[in-house]
Amino acid sequence: MKITVKLFAGFRDNRFKVAEQDVPEAATVSDILTALDISGPELGVALINGRHVPPEHVLVDGETLSLFPKVGGG
Amino acid sequence: MDKIFRVNMTDLTCKVEEVPAEFATLGGRALTSTIVAAEVPPSCHALGPNNKLVFAPGQLSGTPAANSGRMSAGAKSPLTGTIKESNSGGTTAQQFAKMGIKAMIIEGLPKEDKWYRLHVTMDGVTFEDASELVGKQNFDVIEAMNEKFDKKIGVMTIGIPGENRLASANISVKDPDQKIRSHGRGGLGAVMGSKKIKAITVDATGAGKVAIADPEKFRAAAKVFAKGMLDHPVTGEGLPTYGTNVLINILNEAGGLPTKNFKYGTCEHHDKVSGETMHDTIAGRPNGHTKHGCHAGCIIQCSQVYTDDKGEYITSGFEYETVWGLGINCLIEDLDDCARIDNAMDNIGIDSIEGAVLLAVAMEAGVLPWGDGKEALRIMNEEIGKCTPLGRILGNGTGSVGKAFGLTRVPVVKNQGIPAYDPRSVKGIGITYATTTQGADHTAGYTIATNILKVGGFVDPLSKEGQVELSRNLQIATTAVDSTGMCIFVAFPALDIPEVLPALVDMLAARFGVEMSVDDFVALGTRILKMEKEWNTKAGFTNEDDRLPEFFELEPIPPHNAVWDFTPEEIDELWNF
Repeated sequence: MKITVKLFAGFRDNRFKVAEQDVPEAATVSDILTALDISGPELGVALINGRHVPPEHVLVDGETLSLFPKVGGG
Repeated sequence: MDKIFRVNMTDLTCKVEEVPAEFATLGGRALTSTIVAAEVPPSCHALGPNNKLVFAPGQLSGTPAANSGRMSAGAKSPLTGTIKESNSGGTTAQQFAKMGIKAMIIEGLPKEDKWYRLHVTMDGVTFEDASELVGKQNFDVIEAMNEKFDKKIGVMTIGIPGENRLASANISVKDPDQKIRSHGRGGLGAVMGSKKIKAITVDATGAGKVAIADPEKFRAAAKVFAKGMLDHPVTGEGLPTYGTNVLINILNEAGGLPTKNFKYGTCEHHDKVSGETMHDTIAGRPNGHTKHGCHAGCIIQCSQVYTDDKGEYITSGFEYETVWGLGINCLIEDLDDCARIDNAMDNIGIDSIEGAVLLAVAMEAGVLPWGDGKEALRIMNEEIGKCTPLGRILGNGTGSVGKAFGLTRVPVVKNQGIPAYDPRSVKGIGITYATTTQGADHTAGYTIATNILKVGGFVDPLSKEGQVELSRNLQIATTAVDSTGMCIFVAFPALDIPEVLPALVDMLAARFGVEMSVDDFVALGTRILKMEKEWNTKAGFTNEDDRLPEFFELEPIPPHNAVWDFTPEEIDELWNF
């Protein structure tokens, strides 16, 4: 299945901003992180359709996953 | 020995008072709010003789504690009518603390129509003729004072909008690079202007070190605290690299980025003004700096120096709230235009949150076209900056613009402009906006940390569940942190790293030579917050003022189509503690 992955802040370094990716059925957010060589503790926020999802979230064909490292401001 | 300077503008005297025992361990917001609550009649006119303007460095300001250089200013706010504390970086907090000035209380109004510069030294305050400074904007005032004294002089100043007592006027503070930080919110520049004080200069000659009762304990705690700042990914890496503006993209993805005067929760051109773009823009230009501290001793360095493509300075302290307000809420897509407007707001001396929010309402009113950065810059400099009739309507804040043009979509609480997070799709911050003693203020209880950034746990931003308790806890903690002189960003590691908050409390205990627990620290926040609420009640505010504008209930916001759906009873639960 195909999903779109959007990366932000330091996750873009030596990677990409937006990319469509082929992933196996039942792939999770964790699987995507592993494929991108991002360790679990580095993840700040994962969002799908503007909703927070946990690393074990199972992706669905056509979804857009937005990944952020730990960021803040105010 | 610490002292209080009591400045009387009516008879032009300064009394040097001993610090009462009950103030001994207070500082920052705890001290300004305690003094305002005790000495300012709640029903007074904020620009009248009975209001007082109080400055107090934080409890830890002037010590070697990292990130402790914030100064609090307090008064009755001419914008909100509530009690107000607004804190700022710069240089004066550390100067005051090292000079042993626990607080400076400015009261009364001059009898003569004459402007003054207060000159603060170790011995007291003198009243200098400021006629040569009147009519100057802030950068010129700072330059004139640097020439008259030298670059070491501390400066707090108001621009022409402050002289004219506009309710969005701030108090600008010289920073370590001779540029500007601000006591931004609540119109405290108008209070200073009402007292005919154009500028305050601080000559710290003779200042010593801040006394620390238990230096060894202090050093040990300070080390743990600083390590926490550097170890946490937000304060140690995210903020120093991308600045606060990194929030544009995450709020956009979460659907909580108010766009076109709070009509939408996402913005198509978000990446043009995002923190990532800003970082790359600064890094790719001559003389730009992606890291900058708002005061000496800041180890987070979340600020920046923004230059044009030739390397000429445009602005610094260009924060998320301002970029959002101009770049997203006003639809100004050119980041350079936004930076120039930010610089103009520094120069004329108005709050860059109120200034940006009121511009969007002015755009909705048809005063200027959506997204027109050049016209927005002209309005800042030529209308608000010169206090023309239109400039006065605008410069009196978002609520003033809404009333003048008969609008219903006016994002204010207690007449203060709502900052950069939509309360419908980030419901916890809506509770903070509604209930804070300060008028709409995201920093009063920054639920974004837990609603969006997953710091300190996670509470679903679109659900009502848990938001009141989250906002309450953060408002109490923030009140305490605002008393320490610490940058509010210490909250990120404090929420996630167990050693950080005890280290902060240990520094306070060591500084003052007292026993203090984390519970005592929280109790201070609780006590001061309740004191502020009680003062507001005496000023005529009721629970009915703890509400968001009606349009948030009536207009669902895309993409989540969320509405503000808390009942009054649910909101009022915040005060049940």
